[in-house]
Amino acid sequence: MKTGIIIRINGPIVEARQMEEVGMLEVVEVGELRLIGEVIRVRGEVATIQVYEETSGLRPGEPVYCTGRPLSVCLGPGLLGTIYDGIQRPLARIAEGGAFIGRGVKKPALDLERKWSFQPIVKVGDELKPGMVIGGVQETESVLHRVMVPPRVQGTVKSVVPPGEYDGHAELCVLEDVAGKRTPVGFYQYWPVRQGRPSASRLPLAQPLLTGLRVVDTFFPLAKGGAAAIPGGFGTGKTMTQQALAKWCEAKIIVYIGCGERGNEMTEVLREFPELIDPRSGRSLMERTILIANTSNMPVAAREVSIYTGISLAEYYRDMGYDVAIMADSTSRWAEALRELSGRLEEMPADEGFPAYLPDRLASFYERSGRVQTLGGAEGTVSVIGAVSPPGGDFSEPVTQHTTRFIRCFWALDRDLANARHYPAISWRNSYSEYLPETTQWWRQYDLTWKENRDVLMNVLQEEVSLQRIAKLVGPDALPESQRLTLFAAEIIKNAFLQQNSFDEVDMYCSPKKQLWMMNLLAFFITRSQELIKNGCTLNEIRAIPDLDRMNRMKSEIKNDDVAAMTSLEQRVHAALDSIAREQLARASK
Amino acid sequence: MTDSPINHSGLQYTGVSNIDGPLMFIQGVSGVAYNELVEVTAPNGDLRLGQVLDVTTDAALVQIFGGTNALSKAHTKARFLGHSLEIPCSVEMLGRVFDGLGRPKDGLPPPLSREYRNVNGEPVNPYSREYPRDFIQTGISSIDLMNTLVRGQKLPIFSGNGLPHNRLAAQIARQAKLLNEDVQFAIVFAAMGVKYDVARFFVDSFEQSGVLRNVAMFLSLADDPSVERMMTPRSALTLAEYLAYDCGMHVLVLITDMTNYCEALREIATARGEIPSRKGYPGYLYSDLASLYERAGRLRGGGGSITQMPILTMPSDDISHPVPDLTGYITEGQIVLDREMYQRGIYPPVAGLPSLSRLMKDGIGKDRTRPDHPHVASQLFAAYSKVKDIRSLAAVIGNEELSPIDKLYMKFGEMFESRVIAQGEFEDRTIEQSLQLGWDALRILPRNELLRVSEEELNQYYSALPTGTVSA
Repeated sequence: MKTGIIIRINGPIVEARQMEEVGMLEVVEVGELRLIGEVIRVRGEVATIQVYEETSGLRPGEPVYCTGRPLSVCLGPGLLGTIYDGIQRPLARIAEGGAFIGRGVKKPALDLERKWSFQPIVKVGDELKPGMVIGGVQETESVLHRVMVPPRVQGTVKSVVPPGEYDGHAELCVLEDVAGKRTPVGFYQYWPVRQGRPSASRLPLAQPLLTGLRVVDTFFPLAKGGAAAIPGGFGTGKTMTQQALAKWCEAKIIVYIGCGERGNEMTEVLREFPELIDPRSGRSLMERTILIANTSNMPVAAREVSIYTGISLAEYYRDMGYDVAIMADSTSRWAEALRELSGRLEEMPADEGFPAYLPDRLASFYERSGRVQTLGGAEGTVSVIGAVSPPGGDFSEPVTQHTTRFIRCFWALDRDLANARHYPAISWRNSYSEYLPETTQWWRQYDLTWKENRDVLMNVLQEEVSLQRIAKLVGPDALPESQRLTLFAAEIIKNAFLQQNSFDEVDMYCSPKKQLWMMNLLAFFITRSQELIKNGCTLNEIRAIPDLDRMNRMKSEIKNDDVAAMTSLEQRVHAALDSIAREQLARASK
Repeated sequence: MTDSPINHSGLQYTGVSNIDGPLMFIQGVSGVAYNELVEVTAPNGDLRLGQVLDVTTDAALVQIFGGTNALSKAHTKARFLGHSLEIPCSVEMLGRVFDGLGRPKDGLPPPLSREYRNVNGEPVNPYSREYPRDFIQTGISSIDLMNTLVRGQKLPIFSGNGLPHNRLAAQIARQAKLLNEDVQFAIVFAAMGVKYDVARFFVDSFEQSGVLRNVAMFLSLADDPSVERMMTPRSALTLAEYLAYDCGMHVLVLITDMTNYCEALREIATARGEIPSRKGYPGYLYSDLASLYERAGRLRGGGGSITQMPILTMPSDDISHPVPDLTGYITEGQIVLDREMYQRGIYPPVAGLPSLSRLMKDGIGKDRTRPDHPHVASQLFAAYSKVKDIRSLAAVIGNEELSPIDKLYMKFGEMFESRVIAQGEFEDRTIEQSLQLGWDALRILPRNELLRVSEEELNQYYSALPTGTVSA
């Protein structure tokens, strides 16, 4: 391989000469320690390299080794349940050498020696196209890993192994193309991270990605294959919300990227997820999760690449026909990495020092979400949820603003809600979801009044916002009875429905069935109370309903499938409202 | 780093071509490493240390920790030392005073040690971390009850000029203990750009509580060269890591004042002509702060811990200023001090709503403090947030016009601030006492307002009579 010579070191940016033959975005190994780097600029014989490891101690004159390949991820069974750094080095294996991450450590992303039980589904003579499945491996109890023909490989099956145990070196099947060239297919394949994996076609989105969070599922739903952003100042609960979504959302595979955030948060996921049980598969959540950790103190260039690493893994599982959700926490840190590298390259800055290509890079990440028909003919989705950390909590900054152009679901976190420890602190004033039409269709299969009920609750909340402004001037007691009811009802919606306690065993996950029931009950309570007030009842009569307390606590007191308790509470509330109506009639007829 | 391939100790260069602020540009050098330590001999024979910031085949850009005062192009010599800045580490450093680069400042000889550590440290593998969840009782209700500190956490104090952050930090250092272990914290104290009086206050305070032998101090005061401040917290944290992970000690690191540190960083960045981001701070301020704050925590398989309490003063009390803002994004919560509360005579003036401890949820509750603790805290936050709304309403329509329930909230707010938050500087409350005070305040409110505590907890604590035995 060709080698170059270092001529300059400036933080993570290294320049080397004698690099005429190196390609853009080629991986190189820098210095005697062979630190991993990527070529980001070529000028004459000088290549500029961003190095994914700490560069202290490098000297001009040290060699740079070219590798001839772009930065790639290794794909195959064994990814699930693993924690990687931004360039797919397995952190658990690195930890064998000590608690601190040294430099120049090279460990294979996947263990090629490990044996997997392979069940082929193709036979000699089959005509295979890229992306078609040759067989399966039970990667974890809940996930069947489909071994696929890599993109750009195709041909007739010349040989295939019988079912059995094979390691990463095994040629599971050999394909011969029209030119007579034979290509072996094994468990593992490589993919360049900065390039989206191909699919047959893109499909329109149709289903909600259920999350078990009521405020999301009911008010601001995300569709499978959609893209959402969670912006919020510090302490408003971005990470908590991301983690709740990673735990309970209805995806087969979760890729969780800790990008420039705290080390302890990744530790928390590592500690907590294996113990939590997926309500759908009944298995540990860790079995469906891949973690990518490039914490804030790890080298900044690797942070930049970590989100591409993550989404490449997500696309790989999508190609097997799975629903994949990817959480990136936080895309602002990624953008800052971009800014830092751009600054070191002395590029002309655009908004707030960010490079002019920031929106372009954001788009290339978010647009890798979607629902597709895979090359193999299956249907898979990648849903992207990106956290945004705007400086000072000000949403007008460049990263938030550019992000809103490429997502269709915006969960704005609110400082006041967070201060009152109202979690998830997703604001019903500033958030929106453009996936509502698609998801409404889906919900209506189960409850025809879903949209109407949602509107009743949403109207109360929106009306409350404007009433609060008046109430702040004159006091709530000066308002007419019907408006005071709105304030009261909004309070109940907030306490009983929107607020969700992620530490409560029952409330941490809310099933669709229970959500529908809660919405029905609240919408009924509100519309009926509005009628009663219109007919002359007082708010105090409604406030005095003894079961209001039960309604306020139903989220944690009634289990997800306890139909008896639901019916009983519903009947009691109906009866109480009926009796108020009767008393009112009696008064009126006197 | 120490086993450098090229040994050029002894080789002195004289090719200083530019001196600009804290930076010096040397030409005609060879084999210099990025981040290498440089020893500079000033024309008058003074020795100063510096660090390589940018290096090409024949030139190096060096930042001089001691400042470039009195250096000249002609008579300044530079020697490259072949390694990055390292400090000696040993347990004997407790009880001593050092400057920002780890050199003795107390007139005693340098500590004897075979262990020399690179002050920049290495990132901890997230896989090797142990999640922090051991409750630290600070004896301060506003922290223990509402914003619990756990061992291995990084929890900064956001303050303003003139607020009692130093007294609070000293009180925490004095009172912090674990409930069921009798281990004393070793304290590593780093001061950047603070006045001599402030450093003196901490020395006196440690002395009074008899822990001075257990404290290592790294002082880079207001009149010391500002570039040295860049290294002060790094030196301190390097020793802390040695004490925690090599010697198994539990270390509390107090760092004051992070705002001065960030200003030093800005000074260097400006001198280098870097493109500034917000308020002139460099774009990598976040990464740089993270490389300090992330050096807190615990490791798998036991051993010690590093609990960090950085103090920063928010310029004109603005929490959205880049320094507190970026800090808040990295640290695991923040204790915010409130000027208005302090003016009303409340000590400690811990602002109820913006303060937060992110690790609290796993450090409290059943088997740790008391099962009702998370709910009581959540309920107090919810109620206190309501108090804030009602107070602004009362400011418009007057107290008399408030509804009866709002009046109760006002009363709750009074009681919460004057009895729960406020306490004496030398008052050490147990967590039981703090919880009791919390319930005493909640008892002012009607039962059906308290939706965040469970029915059983209401039966057990709300219905109980106030004990009246809690110390005020």
